[in-house]
Amino acid sequence: MVVIGGGPAGLAAALRARDCGVKRIVVLERADTLGGILEQCIHTGFGLHYFGEELSGPEYAHRFIELLQKTDITVMTDTMVIGIDKNRVVTAVSPEHGLMKIEAKAVVLAMGCRERPRGALAIAGSRPAGIMTAGTAQKYVNLDGYMPGKKVVILGSGDIGLIMARRMTLEGAEVKMVCELMPFSGGLTRNIVQCLDDFNIPLRLSCTVIKTHGRERLEGVTVANVNERFEVVPGTEEFVECDTLLLSVGLIPENELTKELGIALDSVTGGPIVDEMRQTEFEGVFACGNVLQVHDLVDYVTLEAQLAGEGAANYILGNNQAEKVYVRPECGLGVRYLVPQKINIKNHRDVKLYFRVNAIYKNARVVLEVDGTVISNKRKVKLAPGEMEDVLLKAEVLAAMREDSRVLVRVDV
Amino acid sequence: MDMSYDVAVIGAGVVGALVARELTKLNIRVALLEKRNDVAMGATKANSAIVHGGFDAKPGTLKAKLNVEGTALMPLVCNELNVPFGNNGSLVLGFDEEDMETLRSLLARAAENNVPGVRIIDREELLEMEPNIAKEAVGALVSATAGIVCPYELTIAAVENAVENGLSFIRNCEVQGIDFADSEFVLHTTLGDIRSQFVVNAAGAYAGDIARMIGDESVRIQPRLGEYYLLDRAVGLTVTHTVFQCPGKMGKGILVSPTVDGNLLIGPTALDMEEFDNVATTAEGLEKVKILATKSVPSVSAKNAITSFAGLRAHPLNDDFIIDYSPVNRRFIHAAGIESPGLSASPAIAKYVRSLLLGIAGDLQSRNDFDPVRRKPVRFRALNDKQREELIAQNRAYGRIVCRCEMITEGEIVDAIHAPAGARDVDGVKRRTRAGMGRCQGGFCGSKVVEILARELNVPLNEITKFGGGSDILYDKTK
Ligand SMILES: Cc1cc2nc3c(=O)[nH]c(=O)nc-3n(C[C@H](O)[C@H](O)[C@H](O)COP(=O)(O)OP(=O)(O)OC[C@H]3O[C@@H](n4cnc5c(N)ncnc54)[C@H](O)[C@@H]3O)c2cc1C
Ligand SMILES: Cc1cc2nc3c(=O)[nH]c(=O)nc-3n(C[C@H](O)[C@H](O)[C@H](O)COP(=O)(O)OP(=O)(O)OC[C@H]3O[C@@H](n4cnc5c(N)ncnc54)[C@H](O)[C@@H]3O)c2cc1C
Repeated sequence: MVVIGGGPAGLAAALRARDCGVKRIVVLERADTLGGILEQCIHTGFGLHYFGEELSGPEYAHRFIELLQKTDITVMTDTMVIGIDKNRVVTAVSPEHGLMKIEAKAVVLAMGCRERPRGALAIAGSRPAGIMTAGTAQKYVNLDGYMPGKKVVILGSGDIGLIMARRMTLEGAEVKMVCELMPFSGGLTRNIVQCLDDFNIPLRLSCTVIKTHGRERLEGVTVANVNERFEVVPGTEEFVECDTLLLSVGLIPENELTKELGIALDSVTGGPIVDEMRQTEFEGVFACGNVLQVHDLVDYVTLEAQLAGEGAANYILGNNQAEKVYVRPECGLGVRYLVPQKINIKNHRDVKLYFRVNAIYKNARVVLEVDGTVISNKRKVKLAPGEMEDVLLKAEVLAAMREDSRVLVRVDV
Repeated sequence: MDMSYDVAVIGAGVVGALVARELTKLNIRVALLEKRNDVAMGATKANSAIVHGGFDAKPGTLKAKLNVEGTALMPLVCNELNVPFGNNGSLVLGFDEEDMETLRSLLARAAENNVPGVRIIDREELLEMEPNIAKEAVGALVSATAGIVCPYELTIAAVENAVENGLSFIRNCEVQGIDFADSEFVLHTTLGDIRSQFVVNAAGAYAGDIARMIGDESVRIQPRLGEYYLLDRAVGLTVTHTVFQCPGKMGKGILVSPTVDGNLLIGPTALDMEEFDNVATTAEGLEKVKILATKSVPSVSAKNAITSFAGLRAHPLNDDFIIDYSPVNRRFIHAAGIESPGLSASPAIAKYVRSLLLGIAGDLQSRNDFDPVRRKPVRFRALNDKQREELIAQNRAYGRIVCRCEMITEGEIVDAIHAPAGARDVDGVKRRTRAGMGRCQGGFCGSKVVEILARELNVPLNEITKFGGGSDILYDKTK
């Protein structure tokens, strides 16, 4: 089994596959160290669900790295995968081993995601220094020990942006505001409270940056309000002096390799379409973590990766590979996407359906329906696009389903 | 420090670079002075990158003559310098009878300018050539010699090659004043005085300022902004030709063209400016590009843009290139007012300036040891597995991929830094290697490039800039 990516997803998938009896496993990681993005997340807030305690990113990762070191799983860092072919031959390069071809029975994709760049947003104005993604700033501050700015505007209220608002403030920078295009934040509520409210940093909703100023280093940005159609409301333009613009405008699953294999992607998640064991539409290729869907909490990444690890193990060992009959759960009102996108009803086990809502709902109900019958109906005080939700489809319900059964998840207001 | 040369070329755009290289073929000491931290930081950095056929310029002008000659020389120069040149041909679309009339007059101009390979085609042939073109097009003018080249790659390669042959390239050297005494110029620069027998003024938009330093008021330039979108390579090449619209109508017309790197470029606008160094894009301009490009190719969408940028044309008020001895002092040669098709003409401009120099300096000897070939840089991405394996075996740094979007290795970045006239900043690495030019626009590799630059140049991280000057990336250490 070849695991591509040594972040929390790759680590958990490898460990679970090992527990399930897979003998030869290799984890390929392009960075010098394992741990993925967690290595630069020195704040706490990891592991509350999985370990029941608050850990920092590196602490969370190290729990898994230590477990891994006790096994005979091969780890190759400083090693980048540059291709996979139709026979599941993985091509990787590293300074130490040169160019390698590894034949895999099963591949687990765990490449994480990348931040959406500014260029694609096409903000008008100059191209000075001082414009960077929030994650890049995080790396400069937390890993390199340098400040990338003193007066900061943050565009986008994704979690990394929120975390960096607090981090930069603690390091003595003045964070002027966080602008969010949508009428709601895409970040976790706890981050808005702990990273903005506690530091009196204004969060401006329905607001965006329309222009950058400055020849060499950024000297300011023009911000403006937008209407429901995201058009600038004339007269609301305002110049804000700053030397740094951090972009936290979304994450894109890193699926270049996936696309190379011709694997179908879900246009909403940006990740591959998978079944309940996280197998993609290419047999023997599994996906988990941020490469599959962008997660806010690493705990769920771990759980998802364990499924993928088990699925890959079953595939390699030939377990549960009997006839597969898939149903495809449908997104009802208020639901943007569902993962997994398909469920094998012959695989008799509980399946959690993960999803995100399309707007903020207060006191709404999450309804799961099978063939028109309500299976569960849970009241939620608050549903927000920034927080991933799930509903449980029990094994016994699955067992009673037919090929043409319909599964629907919706939000009732 | 005594710096004294036979010829000082001011400005390291494509014109200054090719002129300096051409003059380095003579047995003289040549310096190329550039005020920025790198070559190709002016108009040469941001333009349409088209090698025009030459049917556009008014017959009898220097523009017309040097465009046609330059376009003929371009494939040869690119070959010597190992710079990709794409002979993709260009099309000017006609949408109605009035347009077709314009195309016919362009065809007549092509004949007058001696441009080979130009003809008019009908709708059927057009759609066969380019199936994605707007169905409304009724015909087109084809120019077979037209092509595409990466302007900064050409400039970088030319300077690299010239430096290997003895050119002195001096960066961060702004010429601020010029005196002439004892048949010698003294250039007062930010790095001290530089003496030279002859001067070539290739300062682009600033050529008028340089001319005024010797009391020459003849060079008058109007800066004119052009804005673009560059689309993701994943979009593919919807068209293979460079597709123009008829000049005149709808302003200057927006083009849709492939680049040598396989992206689509759409633009430019044309907006007269007051400032000479303001290359900020405007919301209005970008909107115009977005809308007008779809007139030629309906499926191009700015949604797939990976970046937008703008460049400044140095429009000469007399409407022609100013390549001549200064009326004030014949030892001072202008290569000024080089707006489009300046890139196309640049190889011919270089030869023309050389002949002007010989005209005033007398018979200068050509060197017989000039090596016109610039070694091809390593491009890991373009190699097959076996070649990659061999390369990594030679040097491990080629086994570490730094920019994953464009698959650029650490080895290539180190090469770019240590090349003659090599990269000193993040944008310089980007232009030489493409690290940071892909769909994530350096989001992933930017900080690694900063680290590699700091290590190779042996300076702290916070001394590395984005593009020299005050474009600092990092401030102080954290608490
Ligand atoms: C800034 C930030 C703050 C966060 N804060 C919190 C928080 O407070 N609490 C919380 O619970 N969660 C938080 N998260 C979310 C959580 O950390 C992520 O969801 C989780 O790290 C995703 O794990 P992953 O393994 O899928 O991806 P990653 O951690 O990104 O790991 C992917 C790995 O794959 C490697 N890789 C990619 N492509 C290749 C290739 N071609 N070859 C080899 N290797 C490759 C990468 O180098 C990387 O190491 C945060 C995330 C970020 C980015
Ligand atoms: C929008 C646009 C589109 C174009 N499209 C095309 C095209 O498709 N095809 C084509 O053939 N041509 C095209 N052109 C024209 C082409 O780009 C220019 O003709 C060419 O780049 C000019 O090169 P240059 O070396 O004269 O000027 P520049 O590239 O501007 O170089 C001048 C250099 O001089 C330096 N300098 C200035 N002042 C000083 C000083 N005091 N001391 C030291 N150094 C100084 C500057 O820093 C700069 O590096 C286009 C131009 C633009 C702007």
